[in-house]
Amino acid sequence: MSGTLRAEGVSKSFGGLQALADCSLTAPAGRITGLIGPNGSGKTTLFNAITGYEHIDAGQVYLDDRRITGASPQRVFSLGVGRTFQLTRIFPRLTVLENMLVPANRGRPARGRREHAMDLLAFTGIASHAGSLAGTLSYGQRKLLELAYVLVADPAVVLLDEPAGGVNPSLIHHIADRIRELNSAGRTFLIVEHNMEFVMGLCHEVTVLDSGTVVASGPPEVIRTDPRVLDAYLGTEAADD
Amino acid sequence: MTSDRAAGEAAASEQDGGRPVAPEPGTTAPGTTAPATTAPAAVTPAAGTRHARPLRSRSVPVAGVAVLIAVIAVFPLVFTNPTATNFGVITLIFVAVAAAWNIFSGFSGYLSLGHAVFYGTGAYFLVVAAKDWNLNGADVFWLLPLAGAVAALIAVPLGLVALRVRRHTFVVITIAFFFIAQLSASNLAVTGGSSGVLAPIPNWAAATFNNPFYYLAMLLAAAAVALSVLIRRSRFGLQLRAIRDDEDRAAGLGVRAMPVKLAALVLSAFITGMAGALWVYFIGQAVPQFVFDPLFDLAVVLMVFFGGLGTIAGPVLGALILEPTQLYLNLQESNSYESEILFGALFLVVILFLPRGVLPTAGEWLTAGRIRRLRGDWLAWRAGRTADRPVPPAAGNLS
Amino acid sequence: MASEIGQAIAAGILGGGVYALMAAGLTLIFGVLDIINVAQGIFVVLGAYLSYVLSVHLHLDLLLGLLITVPAMFVIGLVIYWLFIRPLRGAERTSMTLLACFAVALIIEGVLYQEFGSNYVSLNAWYTTASVHVFDFYLADIYLIGFGLAAIAFGALYLILYRTTFGRAVRATMQNQVAARLIGIDVNRVSAVTFGIGTAVTAIGGMVYGAISGGFTPNSSYDLISRLLAIVILAGMGSIGGALVTAIFMTTIEALVDIWQPDWAVVVFYLAMVIILTFRPAGLFGRRAVRAQ
Repeated sequence: MSGTLRAEGVSKSFGGLQALADCSLTAPAGRITGLIGPNGSGKTTLFNAITGYEHIDAGQVYLDDRRITGASPQRVFSLGVGRTFQLTRIFPRLTVLENMLVPANRGRPARGRREHAMDLLAFTGIASHAGSLAGTLSYGQRKLLELAYVLVADPAVVLLDEPAGGVNPSLIHHIADRIRELNSAGRTFLIVEHNMEFVMGLCHEVTVLDSGTVVASGPPEVIRTDPRVLDAYLGTEAADD
Repeated sequence: MTSDRAAGEAAASEQDGGRPVAPEPGTTAPGTTAPATTAPAAVTPAAGTRHARPLRSRSVPVAGVAVLIAVIAVFPLVFTNPTATNFGVITLIFVAVAAAWNIFSGFSGYLSLGHAVFYGTGAYFLVVAAKDWNLNGADVFWLLPLAGAVAALIAVPLGLVALRVRRHTFVVITIAFFFIAQLSASNLAVTGGSSGVLAPIPNWAAATFNNPFYYLAMLLAAAAVALSVLIRRSRFGLQLRAIRDDEDRAAGLGVRAMPVKLAALVLSAFITGMAGALWVYFIGQAVPQFVFDPLFDLAVVLMVFFGGLGTIAGPVLGALILEPTQLYLNLQESNSYESEILFGALFLVVILFLPRGVLPTAGEWLTAGRIRRLRGDWLAWRAGRTADRPVPPAAGNLS
Repeated sequence: MASEIGQAIAAGILGGGVYALMAAGLTLIFGVLDIINVAQGIFVVLGAYLSYVLSVHLHLDLLLGLLITVPAMFVIGLVIYWLFIRPLRGAERTSMTLLACFAVALIIEGVLYQEFGSNYVSLNAWYTTASVHVFDFYLADIYLIGFGLAAIAFGALYLILYRTTFGRAVRATMQNQVAARLIGIDVNRVSAVTFGIGTAVTAIGGMVYGAISGGFTPNSSYDLISRLLAIVILAGMGSIGGALVTAIFMTTIEALVDIWQPDWAVVVFYLAMVIILTFRPAGLFGRRAVRAQ
C-alpha cells in the first residue's frame, strides 16, 4: 500500500498566466513530502494537474511506473490517489457518516464499509458527530472529515491541500499525529502547507515552488536556510504564518 | 444488542449530550498495530445540539402512516359520492407523480420542468395502443406497465442530452422538450393531431365506476413511495444526494454521475408514464393541450416544494393537501384564472418564506427539535462506544 | 419561388432583430444576475397589452406609446426584482429564482386573463398593414419599423454597456460578482437596474410582436418564452452578441421551413437547440463552464 508520485516537466498556463513551468517533483513512496511556496506559486494548480481536475499543457505525471497524465479525477482516485481541497468540499446535506460512504470503495461489502467508515471517523476524532449533518460541522471538524473520507478507499498516495489552514493550534498537532500514524503504515503523503512549523516538523522532505517551478528540494533543515527559498518568500518564513 | 436497548441508550446519550456512557477499548487505527487507547471520547460539547434538521424520512411515526393508508383504502367505500372519488383518483395520481418527480429532481437536485413529457407519452401510448389492439374494460389496465416502460425508454435519450449541462440549462432544456412534445402531439397523425384520441370507455356500473381507477392509483402511489424509500436508503440514493450537494466532488470520489442521474430519471419516468396512462384512461381522452399542460410540472413542483423537497413524506403530503384544494377551487370558480393567480401567489409565498417547504418548517416549529429517534443518533451513540483518539481538550471548541 | 425565399429571408432577418432584442434582455439578466427569467415571455405580452390599452383607450400612436410603456416596464421590472428576486439567496438560489419567475409569470397571466379575457386582440396603426415594395417582394412596414427599433435599442444597449460607468459596473459584475463587490460596486443596484433594462426591452418587443403577430392572448407567452429560451440556450447564456446572431439565424430558418412545412416550422427552433447542445453544451457562443457544481 504505497506508491511514488512523480511529476515531470509539467507546464500549465491560464491565458497569459503561466501557472506551472516545467515543474518536476517526486513524492517518494512511504515518505511525507511537503510542498511550499508563496501564494500564486502554483501549488494547488499542481495538485489539480496531478489529480485530473486540470488539463496540462506539457509534461507527464506518473504513479509508480504508470502514466496517469490527463486521467480523470475518478480514474486517479480509483488508482489510489486521494486528495483534499483547500476550501473544504464536503457534502453538507448528508450526515458525516453518509459522507464517508460516498467514496467508491474497493470491493468491500456493505457492512464492512460502515465499520471501516466509523473506524476512520474515530481515528480522526469526529466519530461522535457521525449522525450530524456535515453542514453543521465547524471548520476544523470539516478538515477532519475531509481527511477521513479521503482515506476510505485506502489510497496509497494522499495529497493534502493545506490540512492545517485556518485550524486552531491544538488541532494542528492532532492532525500531524494522525498523518504520522498513517505514514508509518506506508502511505505516501504530499502536503501543501503555509504553516512552516507544521511542514518542518512533519515532512521528511520539502520541495519549494516559486512561480511555477521548483526552486529547491531537500530535507527541512536544509530548506530552512536555503537562500533561494528565503528569496522566494521575500523574507523569512515567519511572514507567511 | 437489541434495538430497544439501543434506543434506550440513545435516549440516555441525548441527555448527557452524546457523551459515551462507558469507555470501551477502541479499535486500532487503520494500518497500525499500536494498542488501542481506552480513553473515552474527549469533550465534545452537547453533540446533540449540533444536530440540525432531523432526517425526515424517520420522523413520520409508523402508526401515523398506517392510519393514513387505512383511511385512503376505505375512502371510496365511505364517500361514495362520485365527485369525492373523482377527487380521490386524481389526487392519488398526483401523489404518485409527485413522489416520482421527487425521486429524480428531489434527490439529484436537477429540477425537471418537463416531466409532462413522460406523463403525456404514457397517456398517448395507452390510448393509441388501446385503439390499435382493440382493448376494452379491465384489459386496458394491462397497458399501464407498458406505458411506463415506453416513457422510461424515451427518458434515456432525453437524459443523455439534458444531463450533460449545468443545472440552469438543464431546467430550460426540459422546458424545450416539453414544447417539442406538445407540438409533436398536435401535429402527428398517430396522436390524432390537435383533436386528440379517445380512450375506450369501460361499461362498468356508474356507482362504482371510479373504484378500479382509485385503487390502481392508490397502488401506484404506494409503489412510488416505496421506491422512494428504497432508493433513499440505498447506496444509489446516497450517490444521488452527493451529486446534489457537490457533483464534481462526488465524481472525483468515484461516483459515476451520468449513469446514476440517468437511472433516477428512468425510474422517475417509468412511474410518471404509468400515472399519465391511468389518468388518460380515467378522463377518457387525450388532447394535446391537456395532456401536455404547462401548469402540470409547475403544480408538481409546488406540491413537492410545499411538502419538502427531497424528503419522502413531502411529495405525498404536498399532493394530498394541494391537489384536492386545486380541484375544489376549479370547481368553484367559473374560470380558472383566479386559481392561477392564487397558485402563483402561493408559490411565491412558499419560495420566499418557506424555502424548505411548509411542512418541514411547520414540523420543526411544532416539535422544536425534540424528535430525536433517529438512526443518526443511534450511530452517534454507537460511535461513542468506539473510542475516539484523544483529541486535545481545546479541540472541544474546534474552531 | 425565389421571391418567396427572398421574402422569407427578409422577414426572418427583420423579425429576428426583434426577437434578438428580447433575447438580449433575457441573456443580460442571466449574465448579471445568474437567473433565468422565464417570465420574459409574459412581460412581452404585458408590454403588448399596455400598448394596446394606450392605443385603443387613449388613442395614442403605438410608437409614441412606447415612450410610456418602456419606462413603465422598466419600473415593473425593478419592483419585481426588489420584491421577489432579491430576497432569494443561498445554495438553491438558481432554482428558486427560476421558480419565482415562473410564479410571477403565472400571476401576471392570470391578471391579464381577468382584465382582457381570452379573446385575440392585436395592435393596429396605419403602418401595421402597409408595406414597401422592394425588388421582387413586399416588406411589411411594421417589420422594418420593428427592425429599426431593435437596432436603436441595441445601439442604446451598447452605449450603456460600453460607454458609461454603470455599463462598466454591469460588465464587471457579469464577469465576477465577488470581485465586483470587492471593488465597491453595488451589485444590488446593478442587478436591479439590469433586470429593469431586461424588462424594458420587452415593451418594445411587445409592441412589435403585438403588431406583427396578427393577434395575441395571454396564452401567447408560452410560445414566446420557449423561443426566447431556445435562442438564449443555443447562443450560450450570457452572450448578447451571440443572442443577436442566433435569433436572426433561427427566425430566418424558421421562415424558410415555413414555406414548405408550416406546422413543423417552429420545431426547428427546438431541434436545433437540442442538436447543438449535444455537441456543444455551452452553446454556440457560450463562455461559461459546461458544468459547475
